[in-house]
Amino acid sequence: MSFLTGLYAFAFYFAALVLVAGLTWKVVQYARTPAPLKIPTTPAPITGSGVVLRMTREVVLFESLFRGNKWTWIFSWIFHFGLFLVTLRHLRYFMDPVPTPIAFIQPFGIYAGFAMVLGLAGLWARRFLVDRVRYISSPSDHLILGLLVLIGCSGILMSFVVHTDIVSVKAFFLGLYSFDLKPLPADPLLLLHLLLVAGLMIIFPFSKLLHAPGLFFSPTRNQVDNPRERRHLAPWAARFEQR
Amino acid sequence: MAKATFVVPALRQYPQVPAVTPGTMAHSAPFVAKPEFQAPLGFPGELADDWQAQAIAKMGELLGKYRSLRVYMDSCVKCGACTDKCHYFLGTKDPKNMPVGRQDLMRKVYRRYFTLVGRIAPKLVGATDFTKEVLDDWYSYFHQCSQCRRCSVFCPYGIDTAEISMAAREIMDSIGVGQKYCNEIIGKVYTIGNNLGLPGPALRDTLEGLEEDVYDETGVKVRYPIDQVGADILLVTPSADFFAEPHVDGLIGYGKVLHEAGVSWTLSSYASEAANFGMFIGSYENMRRISQRIREEAIRLKVKRIIFGECGHAWRVAYSFLNTLAGPWDFLDSRYPVPQHICEFTYDLIQQGKLTFDKTQNDDKVLTYHDSCNVARASRMGDQPGGQFDIPRAIIKAVCNHFYDMDEDTIRDRTFCCGGGGGLLTDDLMELRVKGAQPRVEALNNVMQEKGVTHMAAICAICKSQFTKVLPYYGMEMDQIVSLHQLVSNAIVLTPREDDDEDDDDEDDSQALDDDDSESVDEAA
Repeated sequence: MSFLTGLYAFAFYFAALVLVAGLTWKVVQYARTPAPLKIPTTPAPITGSGVVLRMTREVVLFESLFRGNKWTWIFSWIFHFGLFLVTLRHLRYFMDPVPTPIAFIQPFGIYAGFAMVLGLAGLWARRFLVDRVRYISSPSDHLILGLLVLIGCSGILMSFVVHTDIVSVKAFFLGLYSFDLKPLPADPLLLLHLLLVAGLMIIFPFSKLLHAPGLFFSPTRNQVDNPRERRHLAPWAARFEQR
Repeated sequence: MAKATFVVPALRQYPQVPAVTPGTMAHSAPFVAKPEFQAPLGFPGELADDWQAQAIAKMGELLGKYRSLRVYMDSCVKCGACTDKCHYFLGTKDPKNMPVGRQDLMRKVYRRYFTLVGRIAPKLVGATDFTKEVLDDWYSYFHQCSQCRRCSVFCPYGIDTAEISMAAREIMDSIGVGQKYCNEIIGKVYTIGNNLGLPGPALRDTLEGLEEDVYDETGVKVRYPIDQVGADILLVTPSADFFAEPHVDGLIGYGKVLHEAGVSWTLSSYASEAANFGMFIGSYENMRRISQRIREEAIRLKVKRIIFGECGHAWRVAYSFLNTLAGPWDFLDSRYPVPQHICEFTYDLIQQGKLTFDKTQNDDKVLTYHDSCNVARASRMGDQPGGQFDIPRAIIKAVCNHFYDMDEDTIRDRTFCCGGGGGLLTDDLMELRVKGAQPRVEALNNVMQEKGVTHMAAICAICKSQFTKVLPYYGMEMDQIVSLHQLVSNAIVLTPREDDDEDDDDEDDSQALDDDDSESVDEAA
């Protein structure tokens, strides 16, 4: 086992632990914090299934953003949908045998990398070109975009220009499941790609990437509009009733 | 045109998003509450030496009590979708009036004290210490948010700046930095019963005067009862409805509708306020305390139903929060929603064909309708989503021949705030109020030019007071803003009753308030 293999194995164990533990911690924190008042942004669904539909539209189509800003919507939707396909495609490196749907997605996933980078480029351009977005951007906003662009570009280069020994890469990751460390190819592009992905996993629970779980817990989007029909009372607010 | 010590924004044919101009409203801040106005609400009178530690502790407490605050502090990705949505940014160009700019005033403190990266590398994520300068910025800019929620419509995560500005005000109140306007008014509700500080005798005088006015004008005895035990319906309305123009014309209209409905109803001198400024300062305790007055009166007066008059944030508290704050309402008649909006009541009667209108009585007007923010984005009317848009419009169309909507981007759930909501309807914020009204007035001006609109109807006491005050700055007339039930009042055909010919013997000409007080009436709507 080379030093490099050991280092990357450790990096991915650590990153996976931080991602899972960090996200679990945040999700539990969100779930346990009460929402004492009914505050859906109206018009809002008046049934639970209506809320599921509203949330689905937000998650899949970015409905609110579509109403808010068409440029941001188109770039972010291209980026997120590209990322979604790319992630699905990458599942083939983490499971054996490869399920049919994942195999089916392979040709689309390859090109989705371009969509992802294109969307990111548009979003990044707005941070320079639109004075309002420039004003609200902090260094971390640029760094996260840079990180994602580098991940996308290094991946695309491996798909189309400098191929790596992908069979060995898959063996490396499958080996991690059983703590059986298989050698990782020492290709610079691969090492960069994997290092950045591990970094992304680590910063996820500590950064604005929390918008992903956050959306599901947003009271303005996930509440049913039925305050007159059903009394809603948070535990800390119920204490006032006993006085 | 009203005199202004600042430049009144221009009205254009097509809206433009202004270029970011930092600091244009840094000087704007409302008067700070004196200790005597803080104490009745349970807040300290002034800033203590360890205010910073207190404020951070309070923030931690609120992060644990409000999921909205917790999630919204974390979730913003700075996408910019909200940046051109706030009427205060559009009217002032100040980037701290962009919703995300305002949120970041709190988020940078949150990140410094409550997140790992903010503790280790504050510059990386724009985190800063909670200094006196930051607190001053908070006081200034969290009092430049009318909590209208327009930003939350467009945010991909539904981040609602109102939740954040409410929390900020609660934190500031808890360290002794309160806003005079809101806190003084809440104190008046506790001691007298309403925002305007109108005692029971003044209310009774006013209502008797209204009865005489309506009788003189129509020959029909319409009653405006108060404190009547055993009435079926308790009507709770903003106290501005008792005195301010055009609010009082709306109250006259409610009375006529209730008269035609043939129901027994009453106002209350104890719960003589629909408004609930506890919401503006983000104080659950105070909001609850104010709401409980309505419960106490519903029990004392033995009513079966509760109906709210025209008031925007009051309807939010009533529709969305009253069941939580003062429920359960199981002692009321379960056939009716608790509470109901007067528009729901009027609309139902129209649907049942129980009201007769002479629409030509409003032919001197061409109407448009201003969706009040809290009604539009934080409540509902009727049993379908969007009823809060359709029901008021249906009523207007039933009583007026000429109606045109303003531009689609400025109505319904995209409506612009009047510029005076959220506890900002005070003279010490006049520049902010005028500039914040610009997007709404611009849309109004365009339908005036294109469709010949002459009047704008609203169902919010704050909107009515605000437009009465700011329209003249834009070269318009203050009476171009009308109450929705004022239009109903004009058109409704009253059914005479047997006792209408008899003359009342107790003539009473006393006017409870003189002209000097009408100014404060206007302010406390």
